[in-house]
Amino acid sequence: MAVLKVLVVDDEPGIRSGVARILRDFHVTYPFMDEDYTFEILDAPTGEDGITVIERDKPDIVLLDNKLPGMQGVDVLEYIRERKYDIMIAMITSYASLDVAVRATRDGATDFIPKPFTPQELKSSIENITKQLYLKRITHKMQQEGKKIRYQFLSVLSHELKAPLNALEGYLRMMQEKQAGERIDDYATHIDRSLQRIHGMRSLIMDLLDFTKIRLERKEEKIQEVNLAEVASGAIVTAQPLAIQMEVSINLEVRSDVVIMADPGDIEIVFNNLISNAVKYNKFGGRADITIDSSDIDAILIFSDTGIGITKTDSENLFTEFVRIKNEKTRNISGSGLGLSIVKKVVELYHGTIKVESTPDVGTTFTIRLPKKPLNIS
Amino acid sequence: MKKSDFTILVADDDPDYLFQTINGLGRAGYKTIAVESQAEAESVISKFKPSLAIFDLMMESDDSGFILCYKIKKKYPDVPVILATAVSKETGMSFSLDSGNDKSWIRADRYLEKGIRPEQLDQEVMMLLKI
Repeated sequence: MAVLKVLVVDDEPGIRSGVARILRDFHVTYPFMDEDYTFEILDAPTGEDGITVIERDKPDIVLLDNKLPGMQGVDVLEYIRERKYDIMIAMITSYASLDVAVRATRDGATDFIPKPFTPQELKSSIENITKQLYLKRITHKMQQEGKKIRYQFLSVLSHELKAPLNALEGYLRMMQEKQAGERIDDYATHIDRSLQRIHGMRSLIMDLLDFTKIRLERKEEKIQEVNLAEVASGAIVTAQPLAIQMEVSINLEVRSDVVIMADPGDIEIVFNNLISNAVKYNKFGGRADITIDSSDIDAILIFSDTGIGITKTDSENLFTEFVRIKNEKTRNISGSGLGLSIVKKVVELYHGTIKVESTPDVGTTFTIRLPKKPLNIS
Repeated sequence: MKKSDFTILVADDDPDYLFQTINGLGRAGYKTIAVESQAEAESVISKFKPSLAIFDLMMESDDSGFILCYKIKKKYPDVPVILATAVSKETGMSFSLDSGNDKSWIRADRYLEKGIRPEQLDQEVMMLLKI
């Protein structure tokens, strides 16, 4: 139950007490609102008094008579508008001339209540105003939150992009000043590290492209039948060079040859990220097992590795953007910190689920369930 | 006292930045201890009093540097601390440590933008060590 303050500015005492009486037990409720709204009535006989109340009590709604003894209703309206107060205004007016109506609407009045009004007319106006007020505030709140999230994302992103540049700059300076010696061989480590940082930065940029693609693109037109085993085989080929270096064997078991409706690009992102993780975070000579299975409604994808594993605490933040588990075992593994957050976004786009089970030093298993027929992508 | 009488503790989880900082300080003449995490830095602090410490802000957690500042100042109030990070410009967060208020909770003596030249860092360190 939330209370909205309604200020009635009218020089007729009968109107002021009438509004108070009508709205005393009135409450507004809509299915989309979190709570019911009731009303507390404040009143003022003149525009000047009205402004005093506005400044003191910060009402949510003002019912404003246009014809007042001193300053007019439209002047009060202008006062509120100039200060950009978050107040909904309805004009109460007996002769709603077009002129006044136009000016009042331009100055931000939401509604007109003809005088005299029946209790029902007042109530339906208040109902309408309350709805608009609610929607306006909730929209504002959502925009603020969206802004905040975007801002955080950008700030971490620029940090992640700047770090490799700093590293490269440092190594180049050392070489420029010939700090380690005269021969190019004296700088083997510097060059190796620089190349590694460039590699890391490139994969961050690639991931970032995937990331924005998922966020921005509407996909309906790209939806087609996707054979999961085929996509898996492609992703395994992509991961093979690293797997050979790490002597990790990648095995694919197709228990059910599932075809789902999806954008093939999305499904590739899922397989590429999870298979490359299964190799990257594995032990030398380990295994990565990919299983494709299905239930009546879902395709089930299981990615199991015999890698370094994740502790319970770390796994809580695993899908958050730019979160990388930092410890002794991961320090030489490069990654953007975006891969799993991208995977999660894709899975959610298809109304699927992803879960992770892991034992440190034993291995990690990701299980994804994707509805075979999602189609309604949001 | 000469520079080689001072030992500087540097904590940074970016191995390249750590290497370059240590290299720069070493060339300037200081002794150095390099650690790659908050945990390692804490264990060094528990056994050893460095002449000065340089901490990265974001390591295991986003505020590792602040935590280290707090801990080292508690144990050795006279050890100067430099917080080095790349985040200020992007986040708009400013810890220039000009106001007394900031100083009391951050507890660092200097706040430095990452990517500063070794000569600049040497200048700052000399100032803090009163060389």
